[in-house]
Amino acid sequence: MRHLISPQDFSVEEIDELLALAGRIKADPKKYSHVCDGLKLATLFYEPSTRTRLSFETAMINLGGSIIGFSDAANSSVSKGETVADTIKIISIFADIIAIRHPKEGAALVASQNASVPVINAGDGGHQHPTQTLTDLNTIYSLKGRLGGLKVGFCGDLKFGRTVHSLINALVRYPDNEFVLISPDELRVPSYIKNEVLGNSGHKFTEVDKLEQVIGDLDILYMTRVQKERFFNEEDYIRLKDRFILDAEKMKIASPEMLVLHPLPRVNEIAVEVDSDPRAVYFKQVEFGVYARMALILMLLGLDKEV
Amino acid sequence: MLNISGLNDGIVLDHIQAGMSTELAKHLGLDKLDCQVAMIRNCKSKKMGKKDIIKIEGGLDVVNLDVLGYFDHNITINIIRDGHIVEKKSLKLPTRLVNVIKCKNPRCITTVERSLPHIFTLTDEATQTYRCLYCEEAANK
Repeated sequence: MRHLISPQDFSVEEIDELLALAGRIKADPKKYSHVCDGLKLATLFYEPSTRTRLSFETAMINLGGSIIGFSDAANSSVSKGETVADTIKIISIFADIIAIRHPKEGAALVASQNASVPVINAGDGGHQHPTQTLTDLNTIYSLKGRLGGLKVGFCGDLKFGRTVHSLINALVRYPDNEFVLISPDELRVPSYIKNEVLGNSGHKFTEVDKLEQVIGDLDILYMTRVQKERFFNEEDYIRLKDRFILDAEKMKIASPEMLVLHPLPRVNEIAVEVDSDPRAVYFKQVEFGVYARMALILMLLGLDKEV
Repeated sequence: MLNISGLNDGIVLDHIQAGMSTELAKHLGLDKLDCQVAMIRNCKSKKMGKKDIIKIEGGLDVVNLDVLGYFDHNITINIIRDGHIVEKKSLKLPTRLVNVIKCKNPRCITTVERSLPHIFTLTDEATQTYRCLYCEEAANK
């Protein structure tokens, strides 16, 4: 039984396979529209995340499958005190594949240990969000044609931003990437990412606190939101949220081939004026996310070779 | 000089870092054993200057070697039979710890689902870093 709990659960070869499949689906979506006929995806969302849930549900519907699940723990048996293990054992009877989002770190792993069907981690607190990583990889691969030899800048909240940690973890597996970490001192990448992931990988990385300093050299700029819910006090949030805003002025310094990615939702870290710039691909990214999830569902259900 | 009678059958945990025997005894659950246990603190040691020693009557199965390896893998274990050392064991860092240490990350699933075992795995041998299997938070000794 295969699950996807952390982006590292898939080898580089498997990710390459998945991205190739996502590309084939994008090229001919109709060909895949009945592969999952009669199959059910359960979306178990213990905390709200409309975008991720709808992306999963769209992916399954596009494949011909159906959806069951809940979008809020208050409306489920969780509110009566049921454990993740028990919920998953029961849902495994109803569904063929499960996508789970939970506010506690490690909840998806617990789910996979108790499931009799494949489990996809749709985000476990501030820990992992592997399908966002697949979305990011699919966007970069589809638009740049490669996942190595790139200079990638990460900007904003690099301390709490799990999408950043996961993408760094994924990109260190490809050769000749260079990382530029752009953030205020308070929101630097955690030391374990610097020491155990970047340090051990041998990839070059630098830390800076001004976006203008480095934007001209980047192939990819990955922007992130300073998330209010990750702060313990509002003053810190208000003080930091307006820093590192990407606007048309800064885009003028950037290379004509640079791509701007963002896991969304955006608050004000990217000025709306940037949206019309062809290098801004964060809305396309959402579309690439659906194809990546479709490919993932097929791979985990063992249907990837069916079409 | 303090005299503690020799063991006929049992184990001697030697080269414990001075002052650590009480903590170790707690983690090994020695207070729950009904056999003879002797804890000797701050013995003179050529190698360490000062060291602690724990003598336990009975077989090796009374102690959890993973616990010992995690807390101090420099401890040596002498196995005593008929009053003589018949075997000396050295410890390795265990690769996996189950219910030896608890995850202190308030965001970890183990904080809300109390029946889950607390599992840590060795992720970096050089720095002796253990991380929670669920949330990957590093353990602090």
